[in-house]
Amino acid sequence: MVELAIRNSNASQDLPDPLEIPDLAPGAMAASKPFPASPDHQAAIGFPGELVDDWKERAIDKLGELVAGSRGLRVYLDSCVKCGACTDKCHYFLGSGDPNNMPVARQDLLRKVYRRYFTFAGKYFPWLVGAQELSEEVLDEWYSYFHQCSQCRRCSVYCPYGIDTAEVSMAAREIMDTVGKGQKYCNEIIGKVHKIGNNLGLQEKALKATLEDLEDDLEEETGLEIKLPVDVRGADILLVTPSADFFAEPHIDGLLGYAKVFHQMGESWTLSSHASEAANFGMFIGSEENMRKMAMRVRKAAEDLGVRRIIFGECGHAWRAAYSFMNTLVGPFDFLDQNYPIPQHICEYTHDLIEKGALTFDKSRNDHIRLTFHDSCNVARASRMGDRPGGQFEYPRAILRAVCNHFYDMPADTIREATVCCGGGGGLLTDELMDLRKKGAQPRMRALQHVAAEHGVTHMAAICAICKTQFAKVMPEYGFEMDAIVSIHQLVGNAIILDGQIMDDDAAPDDAPGAGGDEG
Amino acid sequence: MGSYRLNGTEIEHDEEGYITEISLWSKELADLIAKEENIEMTDEHWEVVNFLREYYEEYQIAPAVRVLIKSIKKSMGKEKGNNKYMYQLFPYGPAKQACKIAGLPKPTGCV
Repeated sequence: MVELAIRNSNASQDLPDPLEIPDLAPGAMAASKPFPASPDHQAAIGFPGELVDDWKERAIDKLGELVAGSRGLRVYLDSCVKCGACTDKCHYFLGSGDPNNMPVARQDLLRKVYRRYFTFAGKYFPWLVGAQELSEEVLDEWYSYFHQCSQCRRCSVYCPYGIDTAEVSMAAREIMDTVGKGQKYCNEIIGKVHKIGNNLGLQEKALKATLEDLEDDLEEETGLEIKLPVDVRGADILLVTPSADFFAEPHIDGLLGYAKVFHQMGESWTLSSHASEAANFGMFIGSEENMRKMAMRVRKAAEDLGVRRIIFGECGHAWRAAYSFMNTLVGPFDFLDQNYPIPQHICEYTHDLIEKGALTFDKSRNDHIRLTFHDSCNVARASRMGDRPGGQFEYPRAILRAVCNHFYDMPADTIREATVCCGGGGGLLTDELMDLRKKGAQPRMRALQHVAAEHGVTHMAAICAICKTQFAKVMPEYGFEMDAIVSIHQLVGNAIILDGQIMDDDAAPDDAPGAGGDEG
Repeated sequence: MGSYRLNGTEIEHDEEGYITEISLWSKELADLIAKEENIEMTDEHWEVVNFLREYYEEYQIAPAVRVLIKSIKKSMGKEKGNNKYMYQLFPYGPAKQACKIAGLPKPTGCV
């Protein structure tokens, strides 16, 4: 009955198209700026504390250094033909209408300066090629609009030249950091990772207390002694996961899900208090040095603990940083077991077990949920899972279908490689940018409204800490409950049948904070 | 940057109202911060704020929301020991808004 009543393909026809092009609103987002990093935040990660006197010269030098060091960046700055294919592809443009949020226009804020100082035409005939001198005004525009790009790379998918806008944003941020104009949110966090080991600033004692507390919860729920081990020397697997998994909802439910799977498989695994963070915000600010330093914590933890494998938890850009950069930055990982992917994603791990039939699920335990899946940008467009193209789309969905009876994808032009960003990625998940975050979430929220109308979808799963926090915050703005966003391994944890577990089949896991069920 | 003015003294806070020197916190200051957040402090609010401060003293960080809720469940019962009720008390979230009133630094990261 329920199925018939809510499976109405016409139900969404009155809803706005998720990708509807807005009226232009020039300058609408010009005032959107993140808080500046303090001199302490800057110093802790190797940048000048405030805008240096000769900032203009230094910025131009840095730009020159970057284009000399990266053929890719130079090509991205040289090759745009203003075809316009990217103009309506950015979620911040779709949500705000500000033409500077058209990817081409945002890139041009840097490109026009590059042209002025590094191209023949721009040096001698700047008025002919849209070249412009670097000025305080331009620097302010950079600060505003390069912090309105979540580096999600959706625009790059549609660019006939394959221009990677994220690289341009990263370069712009690195130049700004170099001259002392840093952003508080990212830079404070990077400093905490260098000093303490994670974004939160969660020290070893607090980490251990939190994990013990969660072990009690697991025992209460299952009657089993399911461990969340930390700093265990000689363990097989080192799990590196975002520190939000130790702190926030629904992230923690994901962590408990990983623990249940490891427990069921009898794995020898451990977390590390030294590398208690999967995230690597060095990528967001384009700083290879900071990225390397943070990646080195993972390598050191793996060596010190003597593990054979490294698995990454549910974190979007962390998976890009790990999958695409870790080996180059701090490899080779020749001391690990070469029979497993280095590194491995937790979804690859669980997916392989499901394929082998090693796990048993009671899918009905997720029957209070009608689910869709949000492809996180950095997983979708900058990495892979398994050994086939598109594995990063198939593995999460295969897991969800194995643990949940009701799964429906959102409109095709908003998922997989065309996925729209949550609106909080790339170092923008900070409260002073809430207006931007809400606007940027609009395409995804509208796509969700479509499947809610057509299929009665109540929940959306994601495998990124930023996505989860961003959605928990903005979903209520679009008529959803804040706990309608769930972790994949939260659903795995709900459905998994553990050997010897106390069976209480009547109880859907609604009691757990963060678990859904109130959508009505 | 700005400051709270309490009994003639200025207590500095960051861009978002989190005090920068946590030793300057007092109950009167908590009342003042709460007022600026449009929150009327009740016994329930104080229960949360006091727990946060105790936890911070021990661990130099605010507790996970789940840990907070478990403690509140113990002290105030199941009706109040849940996420929904915490958001009723602190509409901008127990982790951030309650920390601000308790004089603790804002939790950072993907939270």
